[in-house]
Amino acid sequence: MPSVNLTHLDELWFQVSGTHCNLTCDHCFISCSPHNRSFGYLSLSDVQSSIAQATQEGVREFYFTGGEPFLNPEMVDILCWTLQHGPATVLTNGTVLKEEWLTKLQEAERQSRYSLEFRLSIDGFSPETNDPIRGDGTFDRAMAGVSLLCEFGFLPIITATRIWDEESDLEVLSQFKTVLKAHGYSRPRIKLLPTLQIGAEENRTRGYLQHEVVTDTMLSDFDQHNLVCSHSRIVTDRGVHVCPILIESPDSNLGQSISESLVPFEINHGACYTCYQYGSICTNASSGNTLSTTEPTVNPPDTARDDGDT
Amino acid sequence: MVIHSVTNRNTKIKSRFALFGGVYSNYLALEAALQDIRQRGVDAIYCLGDLGAFGPHPDRVFPILHNNHVIVVQGNYDDSVGNALNDCQCGYTDPRDNHFAQISYDYTLQNTSEPNRKFMRGLPPEIRLTVDDQNILLCHGSPRRTNEFLWESTTSDYYLEHLLEVQRADVIAATHTGIKWNRKLDRGLFVNVGVLGRPENDGSTNVWYTLLELRTDSSWTVSHIPVAYNHTALAREMQQEKLPDEFVDTVVSGWWTTCLEILPSKERRRGKH
Ligand code: SF4
Ligand code: SF4
Repeated sequence: MPSVNLTHLDELWFQVSGTHCNLTCDHCFISCSPHNRSFGYLSLSDVQSSIAQATQEGVREFYFTGGEPFLNPEMVDILCWTLQHGPATVLTNGTVLKEEWLTKLQEAERQSRYSLEFRLSIDGFSPETNDPIRGDGTFDRAMAGVSLLCEFGFLPIITATRIWDEESDLEVLSQFKTVLKAHGYSRPRIKLLPTLQIGAEENRTRGYLQHEVVTDTMLSDFDQHNLVCSHSRIVTDRGVHVCPILIESPDSNLGQSISESLVPFEINHGACYTCYQYGSICTNASSGNTLSTTEPTVNPPDTARDDGDT
Repeated sequence: MVIHSVTNRNTKIKSRFALFGGVYSNYLALEAALQDIRQRGVDAIYCLGDLGAFGPHPDRVFPILHNNHVIVVQGNYDDSVGNALNDCQCGYTDPRDNHFAQISYDYTLQNTSEPNRKFMRGLPPEIRLTVDDQNILLCHGSPRRTNEFLWESTTSDYYLEHLLEVQRADVIAATHTGIKWNRKLDRGLFVNVGVLGRPENDGSTNVWYTLLELRTDSSWTVSHIPVAYNHTALAREMQQEKLPDEFVDTVVSGWWTTCLEILPSKERRRGKH
């Protein structure tokens, strides 16, 4: 089985609200919901302790995901504290943001030398395309979140899971931009994501097929830096896991401390096949770690693909 | 001149180096920068890679570099053009950014002569210097990846300390992002030397190079130097070569119109688009 070494801990992720989310998206790859508490919240002191360990490894950036991170009552304090130590990115569905939080975060970013990135998931440029997947009324609520972030001077990266044919990317992107501009976002940033056929998505479309695995031969001339697991780890309330995608797989938990987690990992999961095709789908474009999301390294399967992220 | 002093100003200068990145075929800015550098007097001139891209007539930069004894590190563009790869390996992910990157790459590849491509193929991916007891590492993106973006707002101190430690360097100089910055750390100094090829997305038409000065007390001074050049002539030549209007717009306005999606939010906010 092909195994991937962690070359360096570039990004440390936090499953900061566990599997708790105010939404129940049909394609969520870890089946988050208002009732799924299988992973719990991380506290500010949990985050501080992991960041202290990660700084010993020369960590470059921090990412916060869930569930919906802003359900965690300490989320704003966590981001304000983190920004004193490095760049921070938070993945949100944008539906629960409050002005008083953004006031604090705007000030924390102003005082920091580092960027605070918001990544906000929307799965279509209209209620008709988005709401069947993310739930009734979620398009308008997410757009209200986008407008609010823009009012505070943030430039959220809109992440859209590709539930259309890949050939339509440029067309969909331009429609997205038109809609975002109409909501007050004058220079929209958009990141397209492939779907991952796990979690709720497995029921919505299909799971991975038997042949969708990464083999030793496939990895032989592949730049492993394109895989998130070669440069990231994620902290949950259960331990430190290999990557943000596989936290529900028992073998993904590599230990209780950052140093224990810096071991090679066998990439024998179906989701690893999507990573192989699309590169570091979880990482921001500014890192230069990502393959183009429009040009998979091998032909993708025919079925429409989709992903849940925040 | 933007001076970021990391030194005791009463000490004397022992060595002075000029460094720049990303010429991007902007031979007019290269000539202007070299004239300024000659007037100041330096011990050596280094280019940290990416000779082609973006601008017109890629072959014109080579004789200027050779005649001025500029020592060149290989950038991702030089590797791609030198070896006739399919794309520039710039590390863009956005479809629009990739569209413009490909236009620029195809033009540069077609218009770079074989002897110049051979020169690019043979360039070293990094250069190490020892000046007195100071170890200096010159690279394109980062010491570990030619196309890693080291932005000021997304690069933690911990990461830079780590790079200085594992590379056993007192100074690391890189470019690739197109925007200059520098940071003094416990273990040494990191400098992004900026680029000569296009302005910095700040609404000014000038471009930047960097002077690094070593003082008698082993401390360093970093000065980022603005370079004005005949940008209207460059814009005219780009139009004659039928390069995209978007590129010409950047040269005359000082605002980036492409490669925007790789910018972190702080750097993006400073721009217009
Ligand atoms: S899912 Fe992707 S990031 Fe996670 S272990 Fe597999 S290849 Fe690595
Ligand atoms: S995809 Fe994001 S917003 Fe939707 S249920 Fe999952 S975590 Fe919540």
